[in-house]
Amino acid sequence: MEYLIHLAIFFSTYAILAISLDLVIGYTGLLSVTHAAFYGIGAYTVALLLTRADVGFFPALAAGAMLTAFVAFLIGFVLSRFRGDYYALGSLGFNIIVFAIFLNWQELTHGPLGVPGIDRPEIAGFVFSDNGAFLLLTLFFLGCAWLVGRFIASSSLGRVLKAIREDEGAIAVFGYHVLSFKLFIFVITAAIAAIAGGLFASYITFIDPSSFTVNESIFILAIVILGGLGSLRGPVLGALLLILLPEALRFVGFPTEIAAQMRQAVYGILLVVLMLYRPQGLLGEYRL
Amino acid sequence: MNALEIKNLTKTFGGVKAVNSLSISFEKGKITGLVGPNGSGKTTLVNVLTGMYGMDSGAVIVGGERERGAIRPHEVFDLGLSRTFQNIRLFEQMTVLDNVLISVTKRTVWDSLFERHKDFHEKKAREVLERVGLWEKRHAHAKELSYGQRKLLEIARALATGAETILFDEPYAGLFPEMAKLVSGIMKELRAGNKTIILVEHDMALIRELCDRVIVLDAGALLAEGKPTDVLQDKRVIEAYLGV
Repeated sequence: MEYLIHLAIFFSTYAILAISLDLVIGYTGLLSVTHAAFYGIGAYTVALLLTRADVGFFPALAAGAMLTAFVAFLIGFVLSRFRGDYYALGSLGFNIIVFAIFLNWQELTHGPLGVPGIDRPEIAGFVFSDNGAFLLLTLFFLGCAWLVGRFIASSSLGRVLKAIREDEGAIAVFGYHVLSFKLFIFVITAAIAAIAGGLFASYITFIDPSSFTVNESIFILAIVILGGLGSLRGPVLGALLLILLPEALRFVGFPTEIAAQMRQAVYGILLVVLMLYRPQGLLGEYRL
Repeated sequence: MNALEIKNLTKTFGGVKAVNSLSISFEKGKITGLVGPNGSGKTTLVNVLTGMYGMDSGAVIVGGERERGAIRPHEVFDLGLSRTFQNIRLFEQMTVLDNVLISVTKRTVWDSLFERHKDFHEKKAREVLERVGLWEKRHAHAKELSYGQRKLLEIARALATGAETILFDEPYAGLFPEMAKLVSGIMKELRAGNKTIILVEHDMALIRELCDRVIVLDAGALLAEGKPTDVLQDKRVIEAYLGV
């Protein structure tokens, strides 16, 4: 049971990340590969405030979201000069820069040694030390991320984002200041990713830079693309599959000496097959 | 009164003057044809006037107000301008209805975030979609439409903005006769409603039928302007078009 709760917490965390990234990629068409950086800034802010400043979890989470939103505003402003593949490359560059800061700013982050001893959340004297309670907390934030996503997607703004994805030159002629819309969605979704990071830091109680590499951004991107771009259900399904699939493959019965490699291989093959036969993702409405 | 006026407008691409010190005006409530051989600067001019391109020098006057420099894309709507594109630029993976709703919903981030698509918006979208015969297709994706229907959807999207001046860039290209007739009917209705139309077109029969005035460009400069019957008989115009 504890194992299932652990998986459910991971699923919820990645679903929050995927929903937020889908608003950037699936709705707005900005191929961002820097989400792990925002996830990391949120995680480090919460970790450092909890371990060094004696700030409560929820204020720390809010601070992480705000700091990340500010960083995302600056990054988004620079990235707005790029389009298409160049946007992806630029965003990748930012992930690398942020990762390098986590790794090398030793006085602040302890570099590769990471930040240990992060407290679990506490509210009105109740500590979320039990994983079941922590799962409820992450599900609550997943619900909030879903509602924010739905609110945006069902608004006129959601339609504008899709139009930007389709042709940002044409939408501008209809009176929309494209940069404002792109920055808005980039900043909001970065703040949501930061909340996922704060939850992750508090759940694991230890973070180091290895959790926020470009590989992590690519993994979140894979969740979004597999689940389906431009649909809120897609990223949730994608998170469910990509978190559970490797775990399910543990029970296939591969010989122990090659089990780990086989799991990775089968996992990779399934992803390739899915992309061949369903390139818009399982529940997607839009193809890259 | 002029709906739109440009003074000494120049636009160059890598040393080539696509529009060369051009000064022309477009009268309010009239259909003005903008003609000229390929490469004469018609689409470049439309793109400059709708903020798709900047300008090297010159001034624009919209609605008789003060002279201004380059129009930025997001200012086009506030200036009461709208357009269609020579090469169709629809929001392909969005529905026909959504393509038109873009023209009628709120424009700022904050306002649009708290706005939902309501009967009021749908009524406005329905009016223009019914006018171009696409209401029944409102739930189809734009990419699923035929070429002619896509042209009509672009026109519907431009109409839905309620702009005072609409720039149509070759709206008849690829349309079969029934659709062309529909578009001509829309043009005439717009003129009757005192809207200003700038029509980039190669079909001289259409220019004669619809336009109150015609402006001929050649190599980015003004070659001739006046009533269609006069201008289209001008030797310089015939020479520029036919190369004889």
